[in-house]
Amino acid sequence: MEFLNALVAITNYVIIPATAYGAQLALGALGVTLVYSILRFSNFAHGDTMAFGTGVVILITWGFQAMGISFGPLPTALLALPFGIVVTSALMLGTDKVVYQYYRKVKAAPVVMVMVSVGVMFIMNALTRFLIGVDQINFADGARFVINARQWREMTGMSEPLTLRSTQVITVVTAILVVWALFWFLGRTRTGKSMRAFSDNEDLALLSGIDPNRVVAVTWIITGALATIAGTLYGLDKSFKAFTYFQLLLPIFASAIVGGIGNPVGAIAGGFVISFSEVGLTYAWKKVVTYLIPNWEPDGLVQLLSTDYKYAVSFTILILVLIFKPTGLFKGKIV
Amino acid sequence: MSYLSAANMTGGYGKADILHDCTLTVEKGEIAVIVGPNGAGKSTAMKAVFGMLNLREGRVTLDGSDITALSPQDRVKKGMGFVPQVNNVFPTMSVEENLEMGAFIRNDDFKVTMEQVFTLFPILKDKRRQNAGELSGGQRQQVAVGRALMTQPKLLMLDEPTAGVSPIVMDELFDRIIEVARTGISILMVEQNARQALEIADKGYVLVQGENKYTDTGKALLADPDVRRTFLGG
Amino acid sequence: MSTSRQADSAAGGRLRAPLFFALMAALIVLEGMTSGWNSALGILNMGLLSAIMALGVNMQWGYAGLFNAGAMGFVALGGLAPVLISMPPTQGAFKAGGFGILAAFAVAAIAVLGAVWLYRNLRGKLRGLAVTGVLIVGFFAYRWLFDPAVEVIEAINPSAAGNLGGLGLPTLVSWPVGALLAACAAWLVGKIALGLRSDYLAIATLGIAEIVVAVLKNEQWLDRGVLNVNGIPRPWPVPYEIDLQNSHAFVAKMQAWGIDPTLGSTITVKLAFLLLFVIVIFALIWLTEMSLRSPWGRMMRAIRDNEVSAAAMGKNVTRRHLQIFVLGSAVIGLAGAMMISLDGQMTPSSYNPLRYTFIVLVMVIVGGSGSNWGSILGGVLIWYVWVKAGDWGPDIMALLASPFPAGPFKEHMIDSAAHMRMLVMGIILLGVLRFSPRGLLPEK
Repeated sequence: MEFLNALVAITNYVIIPATAYGAQLALGALGVTLVYSILRFSNFAHGDTMAFGTGVVILITWGFQAMGISFGPLPTALLALPFGIVVTSALMLGTDKVVYQYYRKVKAAPVVMVMVSVGVMFIMNALTRFLIGVDQINFADGARFVINARQWREMTGMSEPLTLRSTQVITVVTAILVVWALFWFLGRTRTGKSMRAFSDNEDLALLSGIDPNRVVAVTWIITGALATIAGTLYGLDKSFKAFTYFQLLLPIFASAIVGGIGNPVGAIAGGFVISFSEVGLTYAWKKVVTYLIPNWEPDGLVQLLSTDYKYAVSFTILILVLIFKPTGLFKGKIV
Repeated sequence: MSYLSAANMTGGYGKADILHDCTLTVEKGEIAVIVGPNGAGKSTAMKAVFGMLNLREGRVTLDGSDITALSPQDRVKKGMGFVPQVNNVFPTMSVEENLEMGAFIRNDDFKVTMEQVFTLFPILKDKRRQNAGELSGGQRQQVAVGRALMTQPKLLMLDEPTAGVSPIVMDELFDRIIEVARTGISILMVEQNARQALEIADKGYVLVQGENKYTDTGKALLADPDVRRTFLGG
Repeated sequence: MSTSRQADSAAGGRLRAPLFFALMAALIVLEGMTSGWNSALGILNMGLLSAIMALGVNMQWGYAGLFNAGAMGFVALGGLAPVLISMPPTQGAFKAGGFGILAAFAVAAIAVLGAVWLYRNLRGKLRGLAVTGVLIVGFFAYRWLFDPAVEVIEAINPSAAGNLGGLGLPTLVSWPVGALLAACAAWLVGKIALGLRSDYLAIATLGIAEIVVAVLKNEQWLDRGVLNVNGIPRPWPVPYEIDLQNSHAFVAKMQAWGIDPTLGSTITVKLAFLLLFVIVIFALIWLTEMSLRSPWGRMMRAIRDNEVSAAAMGKNVTRRHLQIFVLGSAVIGLAGAMMISLDGQMTPSSYNPLRYTFIVLVMVIVGGSGSNWGSILGGVLIWYVWVKAGDWGPDIMALLASPFPAGPFKEHMIDSAAHMRMLVMGIILLGVLRFSPRGLLPEK
């Protein structure tokens, strides 16, 4: 029984939150990795793109709420999501036209492209702030729990509570659908395959008659969509704050690199490696230890690392990967 | 008029010309081979034919129509196929997908062409689901040639197709190239292995410093004592 | 376009720099006359500090093409030096917990070195187990020593201290120490991330910056964390306003010049800081220009302009990159230490990546990548625009919003004026990158 309680505690405090967070990171890392493999630079504006997309979704959600439209037990934001994707992807395409296109034409070095993306980051940051401000916003509505602590106790009779929030379930389900759609697109459709070909060997892709402008445009549309979805899921699960999204850049980059940058499967794996390490190392294991080792009450929280240092986890994993396996767990690109 | 005629080509990448009044022609179904010492401008000549180089002078015609001003992509649409020397496959895509990308500009059904490629290179059919990057050097070259054949080109250009493969694989590749030529496709090929290449060539070009030095049938060049002494090592 | 630029440099090349600096001076004077000299000198001083940060970033980006996305971390780390060097020690803190903390660090270092040694000298399955084992044991031993020591230190006079305090040495000593701290961190990051893909360094520095600031925010025993450290001593010879106001000689002199003594004292202090900063800047420029003209500098530029051919010529590119990265970070750390001396307090929560990392990049790009004088100009000019955009933003927004009826939309517009400066920075950065990639004062 004590062992079961320990298991429930781990599930409740580590496995469920880390799975949801990992799915959010994976979607973010997919966006970064996609831009990297097609446009060949690390997009520093991605965090702020997520913030912008989420900001649009929140505004539309408020609009729907004002009109009395709701999505039943599901958050209204899911209804607003497609509109947010359209707006964000349109902005991405516009940014490419006004900003990035020129640097592709002059064949700028990747590090110059990174600098350009910093400029775009400033503008996206400003747009987000104009749009929705800098305050923390909770926009999740609908049912809060799939299983709450009381239901769990009645169901199982266990003393250790387990809760499953609806946003966590929505995150994981949406992420699975999105990843499935993305892989279907990349693996089965002509356009998707042409994107992979372009990423693999740009010159040969051009020789084969693949239109680079089309590939780039589709990439930005997908990136806008991924960023909006990742941002909205993160915001539903936790809350929206523009600056937090900027800070997500580090774990997202870490996920992409740990998995092998340019490799979509790697991005997903990397997201979960980072999220489980982060949650696992910053969780106070006291409860679990007490269940597992009878007659011993640890004096501390048995927390390996304070939550204030959660970014140190991403960083450390990143550094370890850079030292031991710079191409990442799954073979990524090296340029 | 020859099927492909690239006449009096002069030009280079920067200010200095690499090609000087270089002329290459290929007839229908014929194998033409460009040989010569290192730095003779062999690959450059081929790239000029394919439009990857700005020519100051000269004219390229294919099947009677002037294509001098066309981009490489447009030349592909006109019926040219090009197999670069290196980086000539999509490494993380399967063999089948590589061929599919070769047919990207085609809007009709390319299944028949793919079957033809598989008949030509049976090993590719066995490995159709494997990623091209995981294949051996010789198999990768087959994928590269197969990819170029997917557009049903009338002229296939190969830049050192046997670079870095074993002699046995080289012989096999040459056999396949002869088979391709028998189907009526013209072949223009740059080769380091001059002797073997000239043996299968209907026409041979010996380039030196961007100029035509000797031009004759493959057999004649092999028999020419000057060519033998200077380029074929006796 | 290119011909007109050549004509520019032929006709106005020698005058270009003085002209821009004169314009900058004029803007500062204008600020002094309209908003007061305190405000003008405040902007100038902070602008010069930013210019020093820009000098450091320029060494990395301009000389070597290295993208440092974590200047904030080096600024913050440098800022720790005045706290640790020039603050008076907290009575009894070191005795109570200092040795515990030192011992904990020693244990951590031994564990890491031991793990490295084992990694290098063992093979097979045993290696993984041994390395992991040593690290785990090391971690728990570290926590076992560290946690009680911290608890003791933080319990000492928590309302005013609760930290180790400093060494009580002169503030000027802390400036080079700040540079040294930043250099050490840079060496560590550079050693790992350089020589790999170019943007890995950017991401690694982004990470180290977040972590440095997290440490400063949370390690109370070190710098009181978010409780801030106040009253950090000023560097010699900068006086304190209150001393000046109590000095009869000073008051008499000010009255003789017809200046209010309070105002005079604040301006005197700012001028003293200004003098110090200008000396540091000239010293740095002299040093960098000298080194750029040396064989070392020529090699740096050769590497930047063509990494492949430099490597082919047998130059160890990664090693040179590490050198320049460490040097640049040291300069950034120096600026961080100087900034804390100017502010007189350490407020870890004020370190914001946009302000201390990305704006500095804008300064370098606008001034001209690779140009030292450009970094100085860019530093002051962009800081001026940053400050003024905060002032002008609301005015411009109010004007834009005037046709709209009063209501939530208008309020929202006026509220968001504060974010105008982000937009301005983004537009400036993108505009310069696109239309004048060599910046205002191009490298010669």
